[in-house]
Amino acid sequence: MLSLNVNGQTLEVGEDVDPKTPLLWVLRDTLGLVGTKYGCGVGQCSACTVHLNGVAIQSCQVPAESAVGQRITTIEGLSAPGATLTAVQQAWVEEDVPQCGYCQAGQIMRATALLARLPKPTDAQIDNDMAANICRCGTYTRIRKAIHSAAAKIAKTGGAS
Amino acid sequence: MSSKPFEPNPYLPEYLQKLEIERHEQSLALSRRTFIKLTGLAGGGLVLAMSMGPGARQALAQTKSPAAEVTLNPYIQIRPDNTIVLYAKNPEIGQGVKTSLPMIVAEELDADWSTVEVRQAVIDAKLYGPQVAGGSTSTPTNWDPLRKAGATARAMLVAAAAKQWNVPASELTTENNVVHHVKSNRSATYGELAEVAATLPVPDAATLQLKPRSSYRLLGKRITGVDNTKIVTGQPLFGIDFRVPGMLFATFTKAPAIGAHVKSANIDEIKKLRGVKDAFIVGQQGDHIGFNPGGPAVGSGVAILASSTWAAMQAKKQLKITWDETNASSDSWTDFKAQAKVLAAKPVAAQVLGQAGDVDGAFAGGKTLDAMYTYHYVSHADLEPQNTTAWFKGDHIEIWTPSQTPQAAVDAVAALLGLPKDKITLHQLRGGGGFGRRLANDAVCEAAAISKQAGGIPVKVQWMREDDMTFDYYRPGGFHSFKASVDKGGKLSAWQGHFITVSRDGKAPMTAANIAPTEFPANVLANQRMLQSLISSRVPTGPWRAPGSNAIAFAVQSFLHECAVAAKRDHLEFLLEVMGEPRFTVADNLRALHTGRAANVIKTVAQRAGWGREMPQGSALGLAFHFSHAGHFAEVAEVSVDANKKVQVHKVWVVADIGPIVNLSGAENQCQGSVVDAVSTAMGLKITFEKGRVEQTNFDKYPLVRIDKAPEVDVHFVESNYPPTGCGEPAFPPAAPAIANAIFTVTGQRVRTLPFSAEGYTL
Ligand code: FES
Ligand code: FES
Repeated sequence: MLSLNVNGQTLEVGEDVDPKTPLLWVLRDTLGLVGTKYGCGVGQCSACTVHLNGVAIQSCQVPAESAVGQRITTIEGLSAPGATLTAVQQAWVEEDVPQCGYCQAGQIMRATALLARLPKPTDAQIDNDMAANICRCGTYTRIRKAIHSAAAKIAKTGGAS
Repeated sequence: MSSKPFEPNPYLPEYLQKLEIERHEQSLALSRRTFIKLTGLAGGGLVLAMSMGPGARQALAQTKSPAAEVTLNPYIQIRPDNTIVLYAKNPEIGQGVKTSLPMIVAEELDADWSTVEVRQAVIDAKLYGPQVAGGSTSTPTNWDPLRKAGATARAMLVAAAAKQWNVPASELTTENNVVHHVKSNRSATYGELAEVAATLPVPDAATLQLKPRSSYRLLGKRITGVDNTKIVTGQPLFGIDFRVPGMLFATFTKAPAIGAHVKSANIDEIKKLRGVKDAFIVGQQGDHIGFNPGGPAVGSGVAILASSTWAAMQAKKQLKITWDETNASSDSWTDFKAQAKVLAAKPVAAQVLGQAGDVDGAFAGGKTLDAMYTYHYVSHADLEPQNTTAWFKGDHIEIWTPSQTPQAAVDAVAALLGLPKDKITLHQLRGGGGFGRRLANDAVCEAAAISKQAGGIPVKVQWMREDDMTFDYYRPGGFHSFKASVDKGGKLSAWQGHFITVSRDGKAPMTAANIAPTEFPANVLANQRMLQSLISSRVPTGPWRAPGSNAIAFAVQSFLHECAVAAKRDHLEFLLEVMGEPRFTVADNLRALHTGRAANVIKTVAQRAGWGREMPQGSALGLAFHFSHAGHFAEVAEVSVDANKKVQVHKVWVVADIGPIVNLSGAENQCQGSVVDAVSTAMGLKITFEKGRVEQTNFDKYPLVRIDKAPEVDVHFVESNYPPTGCGEPAFPPAAPAIANAIFTVTGQRVRTLPFSAEGYTL
């Protein structure tokens, strides 16, 4: 039996689930948090990106058991349901980044972690982090724009995202 | 009943026309009910006429609409609080139609967009006519019907106010969900008028006055996607996100060699594995190699049903299957290349698809050049791997899927299970990418067959990335050999294209492996010939973003540049000269190439990119044009190449004439995305196969471009007054040749293979 801290809640994962199951599938199939996406399963696309203690990781590469005792944040946990969106989420909506939208949860999670570390990233710094994520629809121009715009929003409101 | 023969919408590409004809024929056989016949299958206008009528409204009243929402027609509901629900009829796969199609309705309705909620419409040909995401057809084929849907509802709301106030309708105006009578200073909201409006007769379509473009309030603006908030908060939207209580997660394993059959498998061992609930062999049903969205398509394989996707995936790895490869493909790309070389050397033996003028005379009188181009197979690689949830319930079945052809999916499942079509309920879900992959319904068929064979358990069949990449209806690979001549004046005097493509039956090209005999520049030249030779293949092919064009443009636009170089002419000037006088290349066909529109986008893109300007050492601009999906697109790429063949694509300028723009934000996003897709595909993507087995299985072998290598993309629309055309595909084709032409200008080396990595270039 695993006990995971997801989006500020402690969630129990039943005996029937193999503790070696990648976090991705525990989130999606066991806990019903389907915002985190499967794209490749081999650490190539980052559609499955979540935060482990605030750091962006590929959840398809992390066995659920090794996430025990750590703070897991998924796309569903960035802003409470119905509450104001974070600066990054807002920027994504306003810049109209998504096409199909499938990669965007992963993109937003990585961008959020990037901005927490580097509040005013350069294009090169954006490239460095965001190159981990594939967008098959090719929304990169807007992803870059949205990250800059989110950075400006955060600077204005004094750091709270 | 009309006795006129059925004519599919001529706008549609060939594969969709075929689909429409098939659906029509099946439906004639199955049903004689006039309503279904007329409304379900005819072109847009007729569907609208019928679907606005009392029959459809009755049907609608029975199927949905809680009392609070007043239904004016299948696209529009109005609530008493003066908010509006609009229905998006076509599948959303990232092309933006869930936002743009309702915008068209809202414009004519004079709706306040901020009060609009958009919902995905049910899949029902009686109400909506064809519901398809393919061929960049959503905008052009729905432009008139949706404008009329909006205008019809508006006219009914106006009529309700006129009745209430006892004034002539002609004195009333509308704006933002309100009807005004200026003279008497009265106004009423749509919410107040809807109930009465719904009881009034539907106005004759001929009496409707559609807005002139100059008074548009919404169309042409930047409107953000209606599902954006759901996307950025991770709410369930996609096929893969769907589940029903009691559902099992399934994998399905087909043969590595395309077309092999399961002889035996270690089913008993698999059933004992953790989380596995059931496993069984599924026999082949229908044809899963030919692209046929409306037919059964289940390959022979093994289904594993488990309590989670991971459990099913783990068990899949433990499968030991003995395959019967008697009828399997043994195709080899290496062998295809060798065959193509032999065929290209003998153009006289090729089939003549079309010719005009005196090609050989022009060749004899000019300077000739020849070259052969090669393009590899590519996979669609939708980021959301194929999936479908199905629940077989004995005499009926329910399906949840992100299909691009949901109506054909119903046909396919009906044929597969032997059920009448009205016993199949298909729920349309959002697709995580499509690019043509989800036009085929093989995953839908698999889920239906597996749910049935499992005894009526709800099942989500989820393909792994490896399944998705090794079983696709690929963009066919092929070869294009050219000969051309330039005369003493440096003019292109003759052109011969020898198209070497794949065929399953040895008679005709496979799906999306064909070329039109009039393909540019055949349609603008006096002396031209188009030849075709076939190579036998069983590797499945299908439409892939800008079918045909996606490879043809690379070959044609590169070789045209070769001609310009041979003629020692400036490429821009040469290309404009090839276009010649402004004219439609097919008389009176608004969907045909118009050389004046072409010249206009070519000149405009040259101007925006600064064609002819001094470039730094190692950098150059490359130009290309391509017409597809009724869209005229010219692009310039700014590229640098170093001594190690390392390429940087710095910026791509796109200039497009697709008529008026519906949603500027969406249209621009599509063009930017198409160019990025084209850079990926041109630089490094290929699918190869040996012994009938595909060699690339995941993204590590299929290097899609990432943000650090994506160019800046500048998009400009020439908003002409021609009818609007689609935008999901036509920006793709010119990008590869523009880049290749720039590489030539920098290096003096001509790249003649897609992807360029096959010739040693890397990003
Ligand atoms: S699904 Fe985890 S990296 Fe692709
Ligand atoms: S928006 Fe479709 S994969 Fe990124």
